[in-house]
Amino acid sequence: MRLWRFKGLSMTYFAGIDIGSLTTEVVILDSNADMLSYSINLTGADCNEAVDQALGQALSRAGLSRDQLSFIVATGYGRVTIPFSDKKITEISCHGTSAHHLFPDTETVIDIGGQDSKVIRIDKEGKVLDFTMNDKCAAGTGRFLEVMAGAFRVSLEDFGQLSLKAEREIPISSVCTVFAESEVISLIAQNQAREDIIRGLHSSVVNRIWNMVQTVGVHGAVTMSGGVAKNRGVVVLMEEKLGKPIHIHTEPQIMGALGAALLAKRHFLQEK
Amino acid sequence: MSFAQKARYNFMKDLGAPALMWLRQSQRKKRPRKPNPYLGPPLKCAGRLREIMTRHYYLSRFSKGAKPVAWVTSGAPVELLRVFDFYTIYPENHGALCGAQKKGPEICSEAEKKGYHPDLCSYARIDLGHAFSGKTPAGRLPRPDLLFCANNICQTVLYWYKELSYYWNIPLIIFDTPYNFQDIREKDIEYMVCQFEEMIPELERISGCKYSHDRFMKIIGIARESASTWGRVLATMKHRPAPISIFDAFVHLAPIVSLRGLPIALDYYRILLDELEERVAKGIGAVTNESKRLMWDNIAVWFKLRDWSLLFAERGLNFVAATYTNAWAETIHYLDEMSPFESMARAYSLVVLNNSLNYRLKLMEQMIRDYQVDGLVILSLRSCKPYSVGQYDLRRLLGERLGIKSVVIESDMTDFRAYSEEQTRTRLEAFFEALEV
Ligand code: SF4
Repeated sequence: MRLWRFKGLSMTYFAGIDIGSLTTEVVILDSNADMLSYSINLTGADCNEAVDQALGQALSRAGLSRDQLSFIVATGYGRVTIPFSDKKITEISCHGTSAHHLFPDTETVIDIGGQDSKVIRIDKEGKVLDFTMNDKCAAGTGRFLEVMAGAFRVSLEDFGQLSLKAEREIPISSVCTVFAESEVISLIAQNQAREDIIRGLHSSVVNRIWNMVQTVGVHGAVTMSGGVAKNRGVVVLMEEKLGKPIHIHTEPQIMGALGAALLAKRHFLQEK
Repeated sequence: MSFAQKARYNFMKDLGAPALMWLRQSQRKKRPRKPNPYLGPPLKCAGRLREIMTRHYYLSRFSKGAKPVAWVTSGAPVELLRVFDFYTIYPENHGALCGAQKKGPEICSEAEKKGYHPDLCSYARIDLGHAFSGKTPAGRLPRPDLLFCANNICQTVLYWYKELSYYWNIPLIIFDTPYNFQDIREKDIEYMVCQFEEMIPELERISGCKYSHDRFMKIIGIARESASTWGRVLATMKHRPAPISIFDAFVHLAPIVSLRGLPIALDYYRILLDELEERVAKGIGAVTNESKRLMWDNIAVWFKLRDWSLLFAERGLNFVAATYTNAWAETIHYLDEMSPFESMARAYSLVVLNNSLNYRLKLMEQMIRDYQVDGLVILSLRSCKPYSVGQYDLRRLLGERLGIKSVVIESDMTDFRAYSEEQTRTRLEAFFEALEV
């Protein structure tokens, strides 16, 4: 966050807003595509309120007001609900754009969000070539891990770390979140080591995503985005499968909003 | 067949149905539809199509007892039944009608209540649900005297029709078409011809009519002409701008499916073709601003036809080809009066779903070239496994060979419980972004 930056009259500012089903993120960029601020808020029941709050927060952190924004791009499932955005772009293009911007050698993006997951293939310019999505089922999403962490009464942060401490892996056979939860409860009742069960759960998510990765094919460097990219348990297992390291931004959750802000800048310049 | 029922049928055919059509027509005139800026002018013959199909369903309820009634699968060689003057009902077409009127889930659940699994094809569930409950937006369908099924489209129809046969205790004739892993084999044709020969006495018994070879040859001729005319209708979409879209073709497909072999279908397609040729000459497109051309793979999503035709048209996108609408133009033109049985075996066993994926790949490649297609929308259908299997491979291979952009969406053709608006929109919009429209 560069609150101290000089905001001269010639400066133009861009906002990207990503309204997901769980969280809403906002990123503010200046005309050099430097990030001035960001915010992450829960979406809750009222999309518009969440957007106002998240945007207000990001703007105040950047020391800007709304009318100083030259172009706003909305993305995520709630993108259609924002009346004031200048353009709406899918999160698929946004994740592709931000991954390319941060890690230019990226050709494959794995995004695991709260309610869905996707694998996107981009070209050397960051344009989307292909993608596949899991949007029907909670298995292979952040929600699956959240429910399972709940079953163990541990926080999501600890959940990934516990997976890394496992000595062996207890495979979880149910793909369905509801059935997997009862499977886990019976494994706990059998006194199985909780780290081993947790490793099994992480593998289940990774296997699910891995199928999608194979549909699109692994090309070039791989970048991971979405909240689940913060979970070391998932990342380590995925890196093992890929046989190479994965690029991860320090705040992977804002990659959608960052992509939207970058595209806001691009469209603003094009329109000019 | 009783005399009274025949007299009633003829009365309804000559007077009742025309009176009903007139009434409907006069009601419709009172509320003209606003023109849409993204769509070309509506087809003039759309009214005629509506009339033909309404009349077909309306008259069907008086057919019982006046004519032998058969329920037929979309890929069955119906020409043979026409010789015996069967009134034919196509449950799949009826399923599409229920889908378009957003009645899918309601009628499907009538079958689900009896224990049929929601993963079963929704056409089968709608049909069984209708059989159990009588629910239909078509008023009433006649109970069949015969079930006629060909497994050239899928294996589901076999079990579905067996269920109906058991439930109503009525005869079922199955036409078994060996799957073509490679080229069709002479032995397979012989096997299919033998089946036709066995069917004739059964059909004579059920219908009470005698087989007439002259009549059969005439019907074969009409069916071939109708299919070729339908093929020419589709081929008008090779022009830029295309005078109709595949969304229109999905609707105008009804006569070639349900009334194939009858003169009315042929007459209708001639009128349609004339109108389209006139549009081509005047440069009238189905989409006002056709900028990119798309191909559709799989059956239509009946409950989204209207919404989607607009969604695509707004972006200057027009669907100009589909493997589905093509299926009725693709092989039926093989029909030949000189060798009616052999040619019928060939025509019906060579349909796209009875062929290998390699065949489908080549067909799609050809269509993409012929129709100058820029993008491909692949619908993965929850219901139709034979149509949906292998689509990811087809997509990858077409992408590699032709560099064509594509998107996969998931739905069911009638049961909108298996459809998610938000998620489908995201996929489609990402596709639009990739196409830069
Ligand atoms: S499974 Fe497919 S081919 Fe068979 S009846 Fe259903 S929709 Fe038609």
